Amino acid sequence: MATRLILKDGRTFYGESLGYKGEVFAEIVFNTAMTGYQEILTDPSYFGQMVVMTYSQIGNYGINRADVESSKIFASGFILRECSPVVSNWRAQDTLDNYLKQYKISGITEIDTRALTRHIRDHGAQMAVITSSDDSDEVVLSRLKAYPSIVGRNVVKDVSATSAYEWKSGNDIKNARRIAVYDFGVKYSILKNLSSLGCDIRVFPADTSAEDITSWGPDGVFLSNGPGDPEPLEKLIENVRILLGRIPVFGICLGHQILGLALGGKTSKLKYGHHGANHPVKNLLTGSIEITAQNHGFVVDTESLKESEVEITHINLNDGTLEGFRHKTIPAFSVQYHPEASPGPHDSMYLFRQFINLMETNRYA
Amino acid sequence: MPKRKDIKRILLVGSGPIVIGQACEFDYSGTQACRALKEEGFIVILVNSNPATIMTDPEFSDKTYIEPLNPVTLKNIIEQERPDAFLPTIGGQTSLNLAVDLAELGVLEEYGVELIGASIDAIKTAESRRLFRDAMLEVGLDVPCGDSAGSFEEAEKIKNKIGLPLIVRPFFTLGGIGGSTVYNNEEFTKAVKWGLEASPTHEILIEESIIGWKEYELEVMRDRDNNFVVICSIENFDPMGIHTGDSITVAPSQTLTDREYQLMRDQAKTVMSKIGVETGGSNIQFAVNPDDGRMVVIEMNPRVSRSSALASKATGFPIARIAAKLAVGYTLDEIPNSITRKTPACFEPAIDYVVVKIPRWDFEKFPSTENRLTTQMKSVGEAMGIGRTFKEALNKTIRSLENGWIGFYPNGTNEMKGMSEGQYRDKLLESLAFGSSDRIINLRKALDAGISIDEIAAVSKIDIWFLKQLEQVYKFELELTERINKDGLSAKDLKKAKQYGFSDLHLGKLVGCSEKEIRKQKLEQGIKPSYKVVDTCAAEFESYTPYFYSTYDEENESTPNDKNKVIILGGGPNRIGQGIEFDYCCVHGLLGLKELGIEAVMINCNPETVSTDYDIADKLYFEPLTFEDVMHVIELEKPDGVIVQFGGQTPLKLSKQLEEAGVNILGTSSESIDLAEDRDRFGRLLDKLDISHPQYGTATSVDEALDIGKNIGYPLMVRPSYVLGGRAMEIVYDDDSLKNYMKYAVDASEEHPVLLDRFLEDAYEFDVDAISDGEDIKICGIMQHIEEAGVHSGDSMAVLPPYYITREQKEDIIECTKLLAKQLKVIGLLNIQYAIMFDTLYVLEVNPRASRTVPFVSKSIGVPLAKMAVKVMAGKKLEELERTIPQDVPYVSIKESVFPFDRFDDPDVYLRPEMRSTGEVMGIAPSFGEAVVKSHQATGIHFPETGTVFISVNEHDKPRMYPIAEGLYRSGFKLLATTGTAVFLRDKGIPAEKVLKVSEGRPNVVDAIMNEEIDMIINTPLGQRSRRDEASIGRTAVKYKVPFFTTLSAAEALLRGVRTLQKKKLSYKCLQDYYKK
Repeated sequence: MATRLILKDGRTFYGESLGYKGEVFAEIVFNTAMTGYQEILTDPSYFGQMVVMTYSQIGNYGINRADVESSKIFASGFILRECSPVVSNWRAQDTLDNYLKQYKISGITEIDTRALTRHIRDHGAQMAVITSSDDSDEVVLSRLKAYPSIVGRNVVKDVSATSAYEWKSGNDIKNARRIAVYDFGVKYSILKNLSSLGCDIRVFPADTSAEDITSWGPDGVFLSNGPGDPEPLEKLIENVRILLGRIPVFGICLGHQILGLALGGKTSKLKYGHHGANHPVKNLLTGSIEITAQNHGFVVDTESLKESEVEITHINLNDGTLEGFRHKTIPAFSVQYHPEASPGPHDSMYLFRQFINLMETNRYA
Repeated sequence: MPKRKDIKRILLVGSGPIVIGQACEFDYSGTQACRALKEEGFIVILVNSNPATIMTDPEFSDKTYIEPLNPVTLKNIIEQERPDAFLPTIGGQTSLNLAVDLAELGVLEEYGVELIGASIDAIKTAESRRLFRDAMLEVGLDVPCGDSAGSFEEAEKIKNKIGLPLIVRPFFTLGGIGGSTVYNNEEFTKAVKWGLEASPTHEILIEESIIGWKEYELEVMRDRDNNFVVICSIENFDPMGIHTGDSITVAPSQTLTDREYQLMRDQAKTVMSKIGVETGGSNIQFAVNPDDGRMVVIEMNPRVSRSSALASKATGFPIARIAAKLAVGYTLDEIPNSITRKTPACFEPAIDYVVVKIPRWDFEKFPSTENRLTTQMKSVGEAMGIGRTFKEALNKTIRSLENGWIGFYPNGTNEMKGMSEGQYRDKLLESLAFGSSDRIINLRKALDAGISIDEIAAVSKIDIWFLKQLEQVYKFELELTERINKDGLSAKDLKKAKQYGFSDLHLGKLVGCSEKEIRKQKLEQGIKPSYKVVDTCAAEFESYTPYFYSTYDEENESTPNDKNKVIILGGGPNRIGQGIEFDYCCVHGLLGLKELGIEAVMINCNPETVSTDYDIADKLYFEPLTFEDVMHVIELEKPDGVIVQFGGQTPLKLSKQLEEAGVNILGTSSESIDLAEDRDRFGRLLDKLDISHPQYGTATSVDEALDIGKNIGYPLMVRPSYVLGGRAMEIVYDDDSLKNYMKYAVDASEEHPVLLDRFLEDAYEFDVDAISDGEDIKICGIMQHIEEAGVHSGDSMAVLPPYYITREQKEDIIECTKLLAKQLKVIGLLNIQYAIMFDTLYVLEVNPRASRTVPFVSKSIGVPLAKMAVKVMAGKKLEELERTIPQDVPYVSIKESVFPFDRFDDPDVYLRPEMRSTGEVMGIAPSFGEAVVKSHQATGIHFPETGTVFISVNEHDKPRMYPIAEGLYRSGFKLLATTGTAVFLRDKGIPAEKVLKVSEGRPNVVDAIMNEEIDMIINTPLGQRSRRDEASIGRTAVKYKVPFFTTLSAAEALLRGVRTLQKKKLSYKCLQDYYKK
């Protein structure tokens, strides 16, 4: 049988196999970035999701060892219109197809990805299956329907570090600021950015207790990005709540949602999420606009923070959703989007500097 | 920040005539800017000398001046109109240069005009290669090693430091004029000298050669709050060394990782803030070393550009419109994205398709110029294609070019004649090492010849990614051919071929059948294209743009409604002979249909045009103008009719096929079009109507031609049948030259015979545009050519109303036009070319369609003719229309042409029956003398009020030259002439100084031109023997921008201008005032 992509609502696409030939179930999302497929594949936030690249020619510049965001491919599946038969870039070391095969990641190509994207846009992100199995579409669909959804599940434990480790930065600055990173699925480029600002970084498993964090004596706690629904992560939220007010906190993406929940906010799921590198975000403090990299299916509801002592600092100009806030009295702030980009524009790098300032002066700027 | 309230009147300056490097993309951006500012309630004062633009239509601005674009004129208009601000960034280099001139002359300060969009400092830093380099180095950006030089000695020093090869570029020129790559000392010396001369500041930049590096462009925007977005990235298929305007380009970038792309984006942001572009769109070019990724900044344009027009069409993001809004105070987040309506303009478009642009060249018009691409732009137009893959987009674009190519396919031309396989390989590799107009097809030939893509990459420096894509198409074709030979064309293969962008014609070649049969198979098997939307957001949001392209993916997004609708077919890529004038007509057609409440659907593939702006038509299909692609749209949309009258020859050529396929062609029938094009049938009609026409004959061999020559008598005008812009048209005076011509022309056109016409020497020519609703016929304008017969109507100066004509002659013309319109059952527009010789009126040519002169006449009489024509075609009667055509106007309009001679090394500057002008300007004034001064000034060449005139004419012209020389002498000119002419003038009592011909020694006339001792030249062609003399005079005159008149009638017109100028100052009036009753 041909390789197929079947969505939970029954929409089926027939294409060519890409990467590993097998069967994979995951939530389907689309990403509109035109470059950066390697970073996307290795971003742990995509755990449990298969990604449709809306740009139609992917794989052109191949794969290189430097541009990874984690130790392996975390996306469950990859869906393309066309995968390049040749790579051309002076840093290229491998082809995309080989890379997917190496990590046993299944994909599908030669399908109408625009039709698929429009379908997801109109009907929402949902579970889907890529399969090369010989079973009929009906049989595969029934397997898909039985497969658990990502909503309400704790998937952070599947991507987090199992034990704490030092991030080798190459810095030998004396008395450097110490940052404890809660690894909910952290991207390397976040760690690279923090360490390039002269910080010593220790990465902790997601379930590390607040006490264990404080006992290391950090100057700041960073809440990383990560996959899935934040609400089931009660334990982690509780840990953050304990740390608040004691150590300056900065959160990105899932880290932002966890901070929001810790401050009494609520989260909800977006219809099809924000996944791309062109989202305009307005910084309400300066009035300036950042073009941002985004990758999230859940948001913190602005309304739910109204009662708290939180100041909204960033909003999304496309749909008005909350993109960033800071606490008025406690040193804690976060953004929903990805200042580390990778892939995406570097407009928001100032936030890492802001975190350093917060640790040094207890002020945001 | 909201809109500024302190400015009310804004001055905009267009880019003037279409020239190589500055074409109708500036009408597209200018029109957007005019509309954007008008809808904000500003009073827009527009100055442009090009009548064929939409932007100069009186409804697009409040005060429209069709006047020469020079500082003096601008100063006068500023004095008259008192604008508060001048937005100089939407009219190309012309407008930016004028901004600098006006600032330096103190005009802006004197009248309190604020520059908006870009400051003088920003313009100067961006435009001066030296300041730009320094600025880049200051902010830590990498640039090619090099330095600027103001003298030969300085240049030598730099050469010794960096070493050859080097790139030598003059400062402050348009489209890279004078820029060249030099590999040896001799070339270096030549290029440095040329560059120092070509630069208005006599400065050149000498840089390390980065030939072969990957070339990229980013189209970016910035607002006054320093918000910055990249609209589009473009990767050039052709590497550094070929001007971007001559390169095949691809959007988005294909071979940059995100890391490299974002680095480029960061650098672009740094460039923008360093240069200080306050608001608007800019274009920044980068080069990347393919071996190690070193990235250097090449240049930036602080204005909208050819690339920004392409980027707008490629993404759907209206750069010029947004730039205009930013200039008046808005920030990016305050402007809605009109495509998604819900999201702001402040974002970076995401695209989910590939866009390919391929330039189009007209080298065959300049046979003495080598077909080679360099850092100096030579293309005259471009086509763009959109597909889901590069392969699909490339094939679509190749067939959009309309130069006989049907895709990535060699078309069966065999150049191996008399060559060994090895020689052929070498020849191909050599041609690929340099760019040429047929590079893409040569790549295919190279694959056919078994040359590997690694070998090709090594010589051409084209990125292996692109070459591999080509190889994929090629290999698929080979496999496909094999399968076809075995089992015929399967549905699966047909679908796959279509996804790769193969045309029906291409598949027909492989199968050995006609295009029709492939079409039949497609219909039977239900294989048809789907149409996708260009929506700026890769389908992330719902979009409202009716901007579509075809592909062979699953889902079709274009759902036709059941309104009455009409499709207008555009003109495709610009070329000499078919340019902006036809797009002008298409745009009016669309607007006219909309006024009637009919849905207006546009098909075109030229990204420079206004007609492909997504909100001009109700629906836009960006598609090749081939029978196949057009039929697909027709089959989906099921229009009430299709209009082929407006887009020039391109749609006209399709009309027969379309009609055969059952399509309703609106307006004049294809039968009438055919009748008018068919010499014999048309000749018989004219004979029947007792209308004179030059005797003619048709020949398919040399002998036949010579027989006709005997019967009709010489001189003869000869040309191949069915041609555009008088291609390969010549006048022959005897058997020998006819023989020579036949050898060349029969080769030039295999399918069509050669046409021979009696040439009416020294006749006056007229161009007449008329409109007919089938019963009522109105003459729109009678234009008299200033040059005598023998100069192509597209190249000659024309005056409206005519200046040497009797009342009887005029009546004859009107009567004859009406008669022919009736006979040809014209519905819509009609153009007739007449000649009057010895009081006899001859019909030279009839075109039952919109002609090149429609915009000029429309502008002159203040009536939108094409808009009226479309209404007539839609069934209205002329008397039902609001607008009427004035029979007389109390002012004079003159159309003058501009030529690309400065682009080519060895131009023949004498006007011929073959059209070679790229654009036109208009002078409008109360009198002939003033109009001629204005039109001449508008061509960009100084109009001499006094000074030294060099005269050299042939024997035949001498008697007529005498009064002109006398007039110039009496007007205070000093006369300079070659021996024969000088003696002739002295005999008549006119003092003329002698100067040597080139062949007579030195110092000669060319030296005098170079020493700037000559202010004007009158030189009629002297025949074969003086060719070399003439060529060097012409070339030097072009280089030194000395006014150069090659016909006596043009010189006569000039004399009238001189006399006017000596008597009175020029006055300037906007069209709106001219049109007031």
